[in-house]
Amino acid sequence: METFQLKRVANVEQAIGLAQPAANGQPNGASTRFLAGGTTLLDLMKLDVERPTQVIDIHRLPLDQVEKTDGGGVTIGATMRNTDLANHPLIKSHYAVLSQALLSGASAQLRNMATTGGNLLQRTRCVYFRDPVTPCNKREPGTGCSAIDGYNRNLAILGTSEHCIATNPSDMNVAMTALEATIHVEGAQGKRDIAIDDFFLLPGNTPERETTLNPGELITHVTLPAPVSGNRSVYLKLRDRASYEFALASAAVVVKVSSGKIDHIRIALGGVGVRPWRSKEAEAQLLGRTPDAATFRAAAEAALQSAHVQSQNGFKVELAKRCIQHALTLATQTA
Amino acid sequence: MSKEPQKPDASADDPVTVLERPTRRSFLTRVGAAGVAIGTGQLHSVALADTETSQEAPAAATASTDSATTHVRLNVNGSDYELDIDPRTTLLDCVREHLHLTGTKKGCDHGQCGACTVHVDGRRVNSCLSLAVTHEGEAVTTIEGIGKPGALHPMQAAFVEHDGFQCGYCTSGQIMSAVALLHEPYGHNDDDVKEAMSGNICRCGAYSNIVAAIQQVRRKV
Repeated sequence: METFQLKRVANVEQAIGLAQPAANGQPNGASTRFLAGGTTLLDLMKLDVERPTQVIDIHRLPLDQVEKTDGGGVTIGATMRNTDLANHPLIKSHYAVLSQALLSGASAQLRNMATTGGNLLQRTRCVYFRDPVTPCNKREPGTGCSAIDGYNRNLAILGTSEHCIATNPSDMNVAMTALEATIHVEGAQGKRDIAIDDFFLLPGNTPERETTLNPGELITHVTLPAPVSGNRSVYLKLRDRASYEFALASAAVVVKVSSGKIDHIRIALGGVGVRPWRSKEAEAQLLGRTPDAATFRAAAEAALQSAHVQSQNGFKVELAKRCIQHALTLATQTA
Repeated sequence: MSKEPQKPDASADDPVTVLERPTRRSFLTRVGAAGVAIGTGQLHSVALADTETSQEAPAAATASTDSATTHVRLNVNGSDYELDIDPRTTLLDCVREHLHLTGTKKGCDHGQCGACTVHVDGRRVNSCLSLAVTHEGEAVTTIEGIGKPGALHPMQAAFVEHDGFQCGYCTSGQIMSAVALLHEPYGHNDDDVKEAMSGNICRCGAYSNIVAAIQQVRRKV
């Protein structure tokens, strides 16, 4: 691990102030990082993938609450621990898909450390990204992608480019996408609210840039809109082990059926996309239709239509389709 | 002649004498101390820890002019410690190398195996993925803090009773996870325990006995 200056701060203003140099035009790979749970950042610092010169400890900022908003939704603080968020009564009762997604990720120890803001910024598990001696366009732009002709079994089939096929590894982000979360950030230039669909970027020819967060900006909280009344939601995660493993394919489904027809549907996929993958194509196949096996299959086909497979991850196409179908079945079955 | 006792000063460079019946602990301590000294140049911290750090931390600690270190007050197992440490020091390395609480083990050092599990304010965490200096004002508990020989924590006793280990390397992490689990919202079944304990890997495969030990304690609590 490289040396760094550790700064402790008492409030958001101090944190943003200390991060000012990063906001003033240091290149990406910028030298300031906010440290909350540390489960991604310290891991990557030990691997010399992350080499910040300044680390700002924000883990005790008072951003660890869930509160109701006036519009019937919730505000989730950025430093709220994954465990606390998953077990919060409001989240369990009104946003079950988020609770399920959080509890399906990592281990109990890691969930006790990892935060909302950190989970949004979780980095890919692509083995070449994590290994500084191999070429990787995300880690070192312009060096090439080792995964395209290498070990790519766990990598993305949706949204890839010729420069990067890395998967977004988060479960929480998939549920947040299906719930249409808004991410609230604060920086030297002021505050911004970013819809989650506008937060994560496709790799294109700049895979090193993963979100629209600017250097020096701090995620302060996330808001979820009021739940659609009468909705049911499910997070289904398929993986190589029963627990403590990243998704090969996952689906977050929020659905409401009225009078035998689907009248609200949101679907997001994990484990298959370069970012948490909202599938409006699948949603279009479902809205207004009868919730049955044929409809679900059509939705699954639509969701994976643009899949682009590599040498080892072709199995993910059918796996993701069946994941969608099964999640829809679970979410719409009558008890 | 050959039975004459060795002169005290003859031992230092004599590898036979140095290696004579080393205990596992004394061997590891020597290797560990050398590793720290060479790896980070932190002779100061090692010396500090050797003088049995306590509330009355030596004046040298606070007067340190070594700008590469950060001053930190830590509460571990109910005792306060004042240390000057490299800010890169993980909580794991801090308790093992600076406080000499070697019950907590380093496995993968990347949050994947659970051997380093400790409690921070009563919650289990991977101490390898946490910087020691960020834990000022929090209560850290290691395996040394939950029980001791003759006065085992019920979970420690249950692990002994059910043979919840073979080599023992993962055991302190398993027990720290299991103790925290007692107060976490998991279901009553064996499958719930397996899910709750999935962050603790046992290379020997003592899982079924570990589950039995945990379930015995859970039924009593």
